[in-house]
Amino acid sequence: MRYLPHTREDIEQMLQVVGATDLDALFSSIPDDCLRKKEMNLPEPLTEWELNGHMDHLAAGMGASPACKVFMGAGSYNHYIPEITRQLLLRSEFFTAYTPYQPEISQGTLQTIFEYQTLVCRLLGMDVANASMYDGASGLAEALLMAIRVSHRKKVAVSRAVHPLYRKVVETYFAPTDYEVVELPVGVDGRTDFSGLKDLGELACVALQSPNFFGCIEDLESAGKAIHADKKTLFVTAFSEPLAYGLLKNPGVCGADIVCGEGQSFGIPQSFGGPGLGMFAARQPYVRAMPGRLVGKTVDRDGKTGFVLTLATREQHIRREKATSNICSNQGLCATASTMYMAAMGGTGIRELSRLNRDRAEYLKASLAGAGYASAFTAPTFNEFVVRFPEGFSDTWQALLKKKIVAGLHLAPWYPELSDCWLMCVTEAIDKNDIDGLVKEVTR
Amino acid sequence: MKEISELNLPENVRYTDDHEWAQKKGDVFRIGISDYAQEQLGDIVFVELPEVGSTFDKGEEFGTVESVKAVSELYMPMGGEVTAINEALAEAPELVNSDPYNGGWMLEIKADDPAELDTLKSRADYLEMLKG
Repeated sequence: MRYLPHTREDIEQMLQVVGATDLDALFSSIPDDCLRKKEMNLPEPLTEWELNGHMDHLAAGMGASPACKVFMGAGSYNHYIPEITRQLLLRSEFFTAYTPYQPEISQGTLQTIFEYQTLVCRLLGMDVANASMYDGASGLAEALLMAIRVSHRKKVAVSRAVHPLYRKVVETYFAPTDYEVVELPVGVDGRTDFSGLKDLGELACVALQSPNFFGCIEDLESAGKAIHADKKTLFVTAFSEPLAYGLLKNPGVCGADIVCGEGQSFGIPQSFGGPGLGMFAARQPYVRAMPGRLVGKTVDRDGKTGFVLTLATREQHIRREKATSNICSNQGLCATASTMYMAAMGGTGIRELSRLNRDRAEYLKASLAGAGYASAFTAPTFNEFVVRFPEGFSDTWQALLKKKIVAGLHLAPWYPELSDCWLMCVTEAIDKNDIDGLVKEVTR
Repeated sequence: MKEISELNLPENVRYTDDHEWAQKKGDVFRIGISDYAQEQLGDIVFVELPEVGSTFDKGEEFGTVESVKAVSELYMPMGGEVTAINEALAEAPELVNSDPYNGGWMLEIKADDPAELDTLKSRADYLEMLKG
């Protein structure tokens, strides 16, 4: 589709066809009080080169500009996006496609989503994945509601080491319900403390994040065993950095029942926080309680392979009042981007990149420790970790920002007990020189 | 599709307007859907049933049945407490298609008022309704 402005001649021709004298006559059916009377307060038009210059100038003032060294992750990660992803996404078949309700004309889109589901299942070690949700946070809220549907219980436990914003979204989803959310504390090593689990009563599920918000890798296997001591309690695993599963045992192997999280790391730009991609997968027996839509592979009556939306009967466009969730428009283009990313990287590529992230983060951790800034927690980490800095580091942080270095995220607003702690992140976008530069600056 | 005359409509069960049936089995009542209902739905792929111990009034929704082309709610022919559900349907929902009155039963309930059975339609009345 081309978006070209109409010339005066175009407009006059169209008015003639519909029999209107002028544009005011054409819009005469719009009530007067709905019409804008004043001119829009817009600056004069710019030429294309002036506009580019203007945008470059605005972008240069942002902490996200290429000139900045960003050591902040906290749920949104600066990863390299292969050119193949960027180019393929521009194909109009993907770019403009809406919800593929009509399988006969949507085979390409449906197949892409099917491939996406397959890759997500392989990455997470699960049986079935949906065609994506808004983001990791809403994915977690939906996972908890799903566990309530499956278990017929009303209380869920969520680790305090789950991303604070994910927990906020859960609060919002749960506010109008009579379901209860209880919090599991964090132990001194930075991982969730399960010692009080038995006293919490009948739980629909227990939700962890791994790597958690502090970057610590949770011991999912032993967590799963503790949680499944009650057979009806489901084990929900969330994540904000799926790249970690290139190295770590996936949640499926560790006994998770539902896995959900943010897929932004895989081929989606950070874009100041959105759009993201909610990855969502579960074990086969729970498929009917899953939110969102699924694409299935089947054969037509001539035996030819075809792709269709399956289990759509639980979705709001068929039975709105019975829908398992109100997710109505999937993140189709973001899911497509992550499919291209995963396919382009391959299992080996994801593993190598994962190792690179871990190694570089470990290098910064060791360098900071060598300079006297110890990690706050002892648990193993992936590409993020928490460092304690001496009093007054906030000033250093501000000074570094002026030098185009974003030295992590201050945890005080989210965790008052960690007021001297910063969450640091290193991805492949940060190299050894950048790391050495940061360490030199903070020890100055 | 079967003609109405070909439908399997036993004399020993009672029917509702919503096409469920109920039958006295000793102390309890069995509940399922009629041959007509399963014919209309087509291949059944999933039956969602309530937990044992839950209670329902007559006419209240107790579950859903999902076929390849539709999802329908299931309504209680009589009020009561669920004493058993047909576990076999989880693995083999197609039993509702092949054997709606025996292998494809859905619930057993302890009725609040056993006399409610007599308010349901007999085979003749149900057949009359189907013929329109």
